[in-house]
Amino acid sequence: MKRPLIWVPFLGAIALFAVIAWGLYQPADRVVHSALVGQKLPAFDLPPIVPGKPGLATLTFATGKPRLLNVFASWCIPCIAEAPQLLKLKEAGVEIDAVAVRDTPEAIADFLARNGDPYASIGDDKASAVQLALGSAGVPETFVIDGEGRIVKQHVGDIRADEVAGLIAAVRNAR
Amino acid sequence: MRWFALVLLALAAPAFADSNQPPAPLANVQLKDPAKEAQAQTLMLTLRCVVCQGQSIADSNAEMAGDMRSLVRTRIAAGESPQAIRDWLIVRYGDYVSYDPPFSATTAPLWIAPLALLALGAWLARASFKRRRRTP
Repeated sequence: MKRPLIWVPFLGAIALFAVIAWGLYQPADRVVHSALVGQKLPAFDLPPIVPGKPGLATLTFATGKPRLLNVFASWCIPCIAEAPQLLKLKEAGVEIDAVAVRDTPEAIADFLARNGDPYASIGDDKASAVQLALGSAGVPETFVIDGEGRIVKQHVGDIRADEVAGLIAAVRNAR
Repeated sequence: MRWFALVLLALAAPAFADSNQPPAPLANVQLKDPAKEAQAQTLMLTLRCVVCQGQSIADSNAEMAGDMRSLVRTRIAAGESPQAIRDWLIVRYGDYVSYDPPFSATTAPLWIAPLALLALGAWLARASFKRRRRTP
């Protein structure tokens, strides 16, 4: 065997360890992203959950104005943390619609009374059917929908105070 | 005081990130038709529970896995093919949701690497057998 060839397995092992070390130190992305970003909102039609507030259907979107679609639930604690940010978005003139996942009218009414009500409409998603149709993997999640009813952006998790400006900009740009 | 705190801790109900609503209609109920239930079961074993990440929806107790099982059973009962349901979910969650990865540019190394390693092994073995025959 030729001399230099003896080093091949050693170098191979070094390369293997380098790849593994690189992979281990890479921050892992554990967020489940919706594959629907950039595509049309799937068709759905949800009944209202609280009296005096309309339900939510795909027809609400694609009216020429971008909107936010917030997937939330009264039993979700990060949703309480996100409520003040949603109110700020509403103050900034952003229209927000909601899908209430696995919830009851009483619990939602109580949630809105406690945490404020930024929603133009709330659809009742009893068996997470619309949540699954959106490719959403949890609550809360917020989708930016452009004027033509296309999903432009998905925000996973609660909206933090420093993320409000970015979302307002995303809604402005979605026209 | 310490004991009291421990007793309180033992009595406290853990808080789950789940709703208090009953599971979806077909989450834990089998379909009447055994053939269709078997079809649904086979499909559910190869779909990832998106909130648990390492489990199939057939194995998981998560609420969302229950909702996904209900969705699978409802669609199978309505006559939809398992492949169509898998495709519907892949459109929403990407290949990530399926435990049966398709052959694509990203998954190609996974499929090809074992074959390449086998070929390499065969070549090495052949080379060393040849050498041994020559020496004596």
